[in-house]
Amino acid sequence: MKEKLEQFFRENFEDAVIRTDYFRDQLSFYLRPEYLFEVCQALMADNDLEVKMLSDICSLDWLGDPEEADGRFEVIYNLYSLKHSYRFFIKIRLSDDKPEVDSLTSLWHTADWLEREIYDLMGIKFIGHPDLRRILTADDVDGYPLRKDFPLTYEKPRFSYNKDGPPEVIT
Amino acid sequence: MGLEEKIPDSIILTTMDKMVNWARKRSMWPFGFGLACCAIEMMSTFAAHFDLARFGMEVMRPSPRQADLMIVAGRVSQKMAPIIKRLYDQMPNPKWVISMGACASCGGVFNNYAIVQGVDKIIPVDIYVPGCPPRPEQLINGILKLQEKVEKESLKDKKEGKTKPGKA
Amino acid sequence: MSEKAVPRRKTMNINMGPQHPATHGVLRVELELEGETVVKATPHVGYLHTGIEKTAESKLYYKVIPMTDRMDYLAPMSNNLGFCLAVEKLLGIDVPEKVKYARVCLTELTRVMSHLVWVGTHALDIGAMSMMLYAFRERELIIDLYEACAGQRMMTTYFRIGGLASELPPDFDQKIKKILKRIPEGMTDYERLLTDNKIFRNRTIGVGKISAEDAINYGLTGPNLRGSGINYDVRKANPYSGYEKFDFDVPLGRNGDVYDRYLIRLEEMRQSLKIARQALDGMPEGPYRASVPGVVLPLKEDVLSKMESLIFHFKIITEGFKPPRGAVYQAIEAPKGELGYYISSDGSNKPHRMRVRPPSFINLSALPRLVEGQMVADVIAAIGSIDIVLGEVDR
Repeated sequence: MKEKLEQFFRENFEDAVIRTDYFRDQLSFYLRPEYLFEVCQALMADNDLEVKMLSDICSLDWLGDPEEADGRFEVIYNLYSLKHSYRFFIKIRLSDDKPEVDSLTSLWHTADWLEREIYDLMGIKFIGHPDLRRILTADDVDGYPLRKDFPLTYEKPRFSYNKDGPPEVIT
Repeated sequence: MGLEEKIPDSIILTTMDKMVNWARKRSMWPFGFGLACCAIEMMSTFAAHFDLARFGMEVMRPSPRQADLMIVAGRVSQKMAPIIKRLYDQMPNPKWVISMGACASCGGVFNNYAIVQGVDKIIPVDIYVPGCPPRPEQLINGILKLQEKVEKESLKDKKEGKTKPGKA
Repeated sequence: MSEKAVPRRKTMNINMGPQHPATHGVLRVELELEGETVVKATPHVGYLHTGIEKTAESKLYYKVIPMTDRMDYLAPMSNNLGFCLAVEKLLGIDVPEKVKYARVCLTELTRVMSHLVWVGTHALDIGAMSMMLYAFRERELIIDLYEACAGQRMMTTYFRIGGLASELPPDFDQKIKKILKRIPEGMTDYERLLTDNKIFRNRTIGVGKISAEDAINYGLTGPNLRGSGINYDVRKANPYSGYEKFDFDVPLGRNGDVYDRYLIRLEEMRQSLKIARQALDGMPEGPYRASVPGVVLPLKEDVLSKMESLIFHFKIITEGFKPPRGAVYQAIEAPKGELGYYISSDGSNKPHRMRVRPPSFINLSALPRLVEGQMVADVIAAIGSIDIVLGEVDR
């Protein structure tokens, strides 16, 4: 299955793939954000690969890390093919000043709530989503909690047995 | 009961105190406000192995208008806090609150942007039961301590406006 | 046809609020009703949002394990297993055979425990109130076993990265044999009460139907997907922790309604007990933790007697270990569906990002599709049959 997927991408979407990665038996393709919708549509329609299930969408924030040079945000699509029992990943990098990507709601209904959650917690907008609003956090939370520059907002302990030093700061 | 505002301080009031307190503590109706993991231990306490009906809490009312005792079981998030306040206001007097578990008492394991650090920042609490989650025996101990507290209340204090839920 | 104007019927918006005896936790469903029929149902979640993913970024790897217990609080050992397997995959370490068998045995009993609570509360919602007392009576046996293993009734945190927290208790065999004897007797009680009961069948057959393609498109997993006939079980498709050695069947449904899912879960309980018996019979001897110095905590007996174990223990507890850069995804078959952990590491001793793929969250997003055109009472049956746990939906 790994070879079939690599062949599929080589034949049809040569210029969409930036690089591939194979870590601990997991295959991931880094794509350019503009090609995402076409690639997913083609994967779903292919009769041999039959990638019909979107398991999960995950988002990462690389602030302060050397990986940030490629783009601050990373969105990872976790795709599964029931016919071959094979799982692979499609990864996309977005920059800080324009974190927007196409929505996949018209292909998979799973993407509906998952994209809303990413918008709520990380601030990435999905173009074409029918109803993009917050889903998990309270209405008065200002900002996007899962980003690295949002503090943990913990309650500082009011006393400490270590009377000389200040209480430890959690980052 | 508006009766206590009319009767002056006398012996009848003390016997009536005892009778009223006995009736109140022996048949409290809980309003199980189960939010998270502690709710499952609360359900275990109501089930057959550790039976809570032997202490008079046979019926668990789902509606706040018919309940006396609110057991806040579980972590209180920021989105849920105004709803708890509204439910507490809907309960008629006399009412008592037990905060069950570490998350309801003080924020518990979670010290971050999303959890209210202790439900007593929103409503007054009578008894705190620690544990994560507390064993059914711990919860029953908390309820028995609440019953002892109810026994010490007095109608005279209610007349002078001294007792409110939360005061010792 | 007549040209009179047809009177338009107005719909009524009713809130099935966060505090409700039949929603399993704090879930708010906004129903748009036309008479008694549901036109549209919108679930609102987030009333139990705890910020576990954000908090996990500020803790060392083994300190995250107690937080994972509290997500799906009805099946705590499954969550622990998923996290430990994911970190072990990231580090690339292998665990001894005894650990694999013990993990399988305890996780299958966790599945039985979760399904018992499900059948108790589902029957309570539909109206059979005494089922809950029977289910909780059987559950006390499994909780007794948990208490002997780990000291805690519910949030056990018994699995560690590389093995178990401590040695299995001396009366492990007896307790499991007692469970294997008592629970099938209890299950004949449930079947007699519910399976051929006319009222139960009328309330559940034909309710909350979903077809196979819709189920895959909505991302359903677990008994919800198998109720519509799709054979997808992570234990058979991508086996983990030694599951390929065990012999068990995966029940499938046909119609995709509430009754089929009920039958599937009852049969899954029997298959889990079969796996637990095989794990108990075939458990080999050996250490209860892998031996990878510098990464996995050493055995407690060694810490108290050898010098280098003491030093490793101290260093791991205070500083933690540093896994290689990269990201892994590990999925397990939790009682609710496919529970997955995506852990991304940037080379430091704290996880850069821990993402949980919550099966209940994704199953719940299919609720509007399940209850379209049905009556209000069917909404309760459908919510119960999806088997959600709000701690996992909101994390």
